[in-house]
Amino acid sequence: MTAQEQTIAQPRPPKGIGPMQRREMRLAYLMLAPTFLIILAIVAGPLLANFWISFKPVQLADLRPPSVLVNERMRGKPAAPGDAATLEYRLRNSSQDKEIRDVVLRDQLPAGFDVTAVPETCTVQGLAITCDIGNVPPKWRERLRFEGTVSESYLSADRPERASVPEVSGDADNVLTNFEFTFENFSRIFDAHEFWSVLRVTFYYTIFGTAGALVLGLFAAQLLNTSFKGRGFLRGLFLFPYVSPVIAVAFTWVVLFDPFSGTLNALLTKMGVVADPINFFGQRAVEFSFFGIPMEFPLALSTVIAFEAWRYFPLSFLFILARMQSLNTDIYEAAEMDGATPLQQFWYLSLPQLMGILSVLFLLRFIWTFNKFDDIFLLTGGNAGTRTLTVDVYEQGFALSNLGAGAAVAVVVFVVLVTFATLFLHFSPKEEGL
Amino acid sequence: MRPGSVLIAAITGLIWGVTAMVVIGVTLTLVTGEVALPQATAAGLAGLLGALVFVWRQTSDAAGLPAWALSALVTTLVLLAGTFAAPFTLPLSSVPLWQMAGLIAFVGCVTAANKVSLDGASLGAMSRYHREVIYIRIFKGIGFVVFTIIVALPFYVMVMTSLKSQQTLLANPLDLSIDLSQGFDGLFRSYVELFTKFNFGRYLMVSAFVSVATVILTLLFSVPGAYAVSRLRFPGQAFLSRSVLLIYMVPAIVLVIPLYAVFSQLGLRNTLTGLLIVYPATTIPVALYMLQGYFRGLPSELEEAGLMDGLSRLGVILKITLPLSLPALASVSLYVFMIAWNEFLFAFMFLDDPDIFTLSRGVVSLNSSEVPRQHLMAGAVIATVPVLFIFLWFERFLVQGLTAGSVKG
Repeated sequence: MTAQEQTIAQPRPPKGIGPMQRREMRLAYLMLAPTFLIILAIVAGPLLANFWISFKPVQLADLRPPSVLVNERMRGKPAAPGDAATLEYRLRNSSQDKEIRDVVLRDQLPAGFDVTAVPETCTVQGLAITCDIGNVPPKWRERLRFEGTVSESYLSADRPERASVPEVSGDADNVLTNFEFTFENFSRIFDAHEFWSVLRVTFYYTIFGTAGALVLGLFAAQLLNTSFKGRGFLRGLFLFPYVSPVIAVAFTWVVLFDPFSGTLNALLTKMGVVADPINFFGQRAVEFSFFGIPMEFPLALSTVIAFEAWRYFPLSFLFILARMQSLNTDIYEAAEMDGATPLQQFWYLSLPQLMGILSVLFLLRFIWTFNKFDDIFLLTGGNAGTRTLTVDVYEQGFALSNLGAGAAVAVVVFVVLVTFATLFLHFSPKEEGL
Repeated sequence: MRPGSVLIAAITGLIWGVTAMVVIGVTLTLVTGEVALPQATAAGLAGLLGALVFVWRQTSDAAGLPAWALSALVTTLVLLAGTFAAPFTLPLSSVPLWQMAGLIAFVGCVTAANKVSLDGASLGAMSRYHREVIYIRIFKGIGFVVFTIIVALPFYVMVMTSLKSQQTLLANPLDLSIDLSQGFDGLFRSYVELFTKFNFGRYLMVSAFVSVATVILTLLFSVPGAYAVSRLRFPGQAFLSRSVLLIYMVPAIVLVIPLYAVFSQLGLRNTLTGLLIVYPATTIPVALYMLQGYFRGLPSELEEAGLMDGLSRLGVILKITLPLSLPALASVSLYVFMIAWNEFLFAFMFLDDPDIFTLSRGVVSLNSSEVPRQHLMAGAVIATVPVLFIFLWFERFLVQGLTAGSVKG
């Protein structure tokens, strides 16, 4: 048998991809291309840019590149044709520490102004002025004076020097695009005494917030798992905290817990539960003694965690309820026949079957809680011991206007997050469809 | 008669008595503005004796009054005796109708709760199974009460505070009743001022525009993407569909500094265009993920039949897939709308010009010491009402869409 005959005798699946498949592939890439371009531009690009910025000494003010500011005015008060006047440009480098290269000023002379003396850096062609000033140092100031006389047409016009706006061009070093790098941002944030407390608060907030939302969600799902009248209404009601805008619910909590005019404190003091109003969002810690051992309870942080659990329990509730309703009921009937008590049924039948969705929810919520910024920012602004990493990004970047340091904290956030995501992909149960 | 069973009945009654009294007392306080101090001890005792009477009557099966009626009678008498006929420590002359309603609600709730919890209980021996059934009934009952309160109370406070005036709020923070005597103008003063002086009509329009545009842009990009990922075969398919979910986990705060820097240089900061670039980019991954789950569930035979009949791929998508996936499109649109409407961080960072504030940004600008609290709450209500309204309208879709995306079976 020749080699050719052998090939014919034993049909094998074609290697490579056929024309049909290639067409399908091309179509798929075409359909996905816009989506991925957008995501690359808005998500992946900024992620990389964040690393770039974190190694740069960028201040918020550096976003406006240094430029030469110019102020044009006429001096002298010409009253009759032939009177002398001076056209003056005051120039100034806006930056205190950066030079600007190749500065050129361009403008039109006012109509009816005859120039007699021109500054040495400037040339006049017709009405057009061009001044080639060259490189200017930081804090540089300069005046350019054009002496001249005025004619009738100048006097008849209203402020003729305003007819054209002077233009200044120049190249300045843009700190965002140059190749100046520094580790200063990182050393600053890691050396800061508060950074480690921020990290600790972040993990407290994330772990307890996640656990709270899951436990509340599990409890709520248990309540609504049996069918009764008004179940749909309650399910809708329980989802309210999750679907309402964060600004609305956060400010409502702030108003509700206010120490002076808040309903909750008024209730507690009037009913004699506490003697003085409690500043739930403003007090860092409450001291108490536990069997004679003095302890501190982080009050503001706990209130923020309670808010987190309150706002996000609906999501876990929804997922757990959906999973519960798809559980097989046969085994419960069998267990009932065998005399298993309700708690035993929950513990030995329901919980093991819910473990998959619970672990997925835990990981997802853990990551999302870790990423949360708005809630804490709106509730406490990161004060009273509630500053998490995400709030620290804002504090460093915008409140202290040090973009570089903010980006450095953002890099820390991202690194921790990648660790979580890797763990998540590694441990997430495959049968839950993720 | 076994001490264990008596103890269970007693504890049940005690819990319900105290719970009902605290809840109804606080409700009475908030609704009427009069400080009603709940008499928890007497109420607990009343509930306890009511429960014991109920179980005793149920066990003995005697003729005459039904068990619940007798229990209600005992509860009422004990409560009135224990509180010297002032169950809410208010003089009977103040808000008498509300007090009457409170008393009836208390007796009704405690009796009903005792009846539901202790149905079938006896003073004799009870098996572990029966005891646990009672525990779970109590637990569930408490759960319903607690959950309803923690969810409803903030929203109640939000709406009621927005209808108050600064003086009444400071004078008595507990008074969350509606004061109808000030008339329509007085009641809705903060709303009227928000729309006339604080430009909220404009913010509402901007938010609606941004959210709807985000929904349209997101669908425009995510429908073809989801279709490709779920139906077409190509190398890297699994990797792509997985990486989409990972992108959803990138926190906005990490993106905000570079975007702020770049948008500032490009002049896109402080424009709605900037927002309309960022919002769809952050919602497309979720939308794509939710849609591909749904597309996978559609029978591919229908599409193949369409292809055989000479439709192009585009024709198949437009004429077969999309009409079949209307529920999924509705839920995705709703979810994306909610994300865009509720978004705060980018609006807060990017928008400085009060003419193009979204509602979130507008409400934040009310959070200053110069603006009274009821305005802030009115702003919160204005931001919440549209999204809650749409949510209630489409709730079924949303729940299906959210859970279908990632939970199988």
